[in-house]
Amino acid sequence: MTEALMFSIVIFVLAIFLGVELISKVPPLLHTPLMSGSNAISGITLVGSLIAAGEGHGGLSVYLGTLAVIFATINVVGGFLVTDRMLGMFKKDKKKESKTGTP
Amino acid sequence: MNVLATFAYLVASVFFILGLKFLGSPKTARRGNLFGAFGMLLAVVVTLTDQRIIDTTYIIAGLIIGSAIGLLIARTVQMTAMPQMVALLNGLGGSASTLVAYAEYVRVPESTLEVLIPIILSVLIGSVTFTGSLIAWAKLQGVMRGAPVLYPYQKHLNGLGVGVVLVLGIMFALDPGQWYLLLIILVLALILGVTTVIPIGGADMPVVISLLNSYSGLAGATTGFVLSNNVLIISGALVGASGLILTNIMCKAMNRSLANVLFAGVGSDGGPSSSETVQQRTVIRYTPEDAATMLDSAQSVIIVPGYGLAVAQAQHVLHELANYLIERGTQVRYAIHPVAGRMPGHMNVLLAEANVPYDLLLEMDQINDDFQNTDVALVIGANDVVNPAARTKKDSPLYGMPILNVDYARSTIVLKRSLNPGFAGEDNELFYEKKTMMVFGDAKTTLTNLVQLVKQ
Repeated sequence: MTEALMFSIVIFVLAIFLGVELISKVPPLLHTPLMSGSNAISGITLVGSLIAAGEGHGGLSVYLGTLAVIFATINVVGGFLVTDRMLGMFKKDKKKESKTGTP
Repeated sequence: MNVLATFAYLVASVFFILGLKFLGSPKTARRGNLFGAFGMLLAVVVTLTDQRIIDTTYIIAGLIIGSAIGLLIARTVQMTAMPQMVALLNGLGGSASTLVAYAEYVRVPESTLEVLIPIILSVLIGSVTFTGSLIAWAKLQGVMRGAPVLYPYQKHLNGLGVGVVLVLGIMFALDPGQWYLLLIILVLALILGVTTVIPIGGADMPVVISLLNSYSGLAGATTGFVLSNNVLIISGALVGASGLILTNIMCKAMNRSLANVLFAGVGSDGGPSSSETVQQRTVIRYTPEDAATMLDSAQSVIIVPGYGLAVAQAQHVLHELANYLIERGTQVRYAIHPVAGRMPGHMNVLLAEANVPYDLLLEMDQINDDFQNTDVALVIGANDVVNPAARTKKDSPLYGMPILNVDYARSTIVLKRSLNPGFAGEDNELFYEKKTMMVFGDAKTTLTNLVQLVKQ
């Protein structure tokens, strides 16, 4: 096993624990935006697809890469935009006194 | 390795992590999403400077097509259709990971095991995510019936499929020159995605979407191993963990194990047959006028919305009713059960869309102790999540499920279409209690009536 692979595995495992810590703190109120937002982040595969699509040989790998660019871009753009649209709907109560109403 | 790119990817990863952190509070969530988007933009721009990229024609075309479609669906999707949308995006992300891994194999067929194994895993996980998500989308969208599709030896066949993929994977890893092996793995994985999701009922889709969300992250991470790209590994792992946590939360809230959700083939469309299990019992039918009188005299009301509310598209009328009550000094709050919608947190989004302020939306643990001091619990289109059988009836499938303590309120109004039992098929004692007022009919019509009556 190469050193680079070992290093990648370490990063992978640490990132999973970090993810668990971060996500556990998100209240159920925001679980849907969390899901669509994290979904957009998982579209990071886009980075890999760009390189595959840009190699310029015109071979099969370029076509596969281009299809991947399209799919990943829909994932990223659609995911972030719809999350923003949703979060824009969450508003706090303007008249706060109604919160502590009579029992 | 390019130092600038590595450093930029690190910065992008930090933005993703901060973004997820900010998504944890409604005040900062929008900023968190922007952080995520900025991290993504940074990663993409830096990648475009990569020396391996020679021709950008296909890249630009792909980016334009993808952005246009993404923009269009993000703008036009209905909030009730969010679960389908997320399922679809999961599937696209998963398939993109598969395509990238496959393209890498096509580019460099003679790789080491360290690259081949992640390629196989990425092709497997990404393909299952792709077709599994498409089936979930079809079930949620109503293109396909929500009921489980069952056939003999289903589990065995699925198990066999996984076994064959593993064997082929080992053969391929040992001899990567056999290109057709990877192709067969791809096709089998696509089939497995279909056959593992069709036996799962429509009402269990929240779990499936959460799980597929996790898979799409893992597919991204494995592709990261293929390309030795740490930003993919980090974000893939973050999303993988996120999906797993949400899966776990959904399973707990439905009182089922993950294995039971995935393999048991439970349930139909959420409107199970009522004829056999339910003995004929009578309830007193009340009118909206009765309910309005009761709401008039109440000083505190807790609204319990279920998915039936969203189906009837009655969120806006409900908000109107709540506003009239608040204006006359009644304390009004909403109690949201974790599985009130069709995906984690869905009901909150639906109510936020109807302009309900989020500080009135309380989760189960925050509000459950307050029911006993509340005059009226107003239940709309919810059933299993307020069924007291979950506390007492040991042989019930609901037993042990966390429920909202609606029956502890001084009185209860239940708006419901019919007396049919909920998804679990368990009759609901709450409906027969003396202090419960059943008002049958379409939620939207009844609520519209209530608004008129309360206004007077």
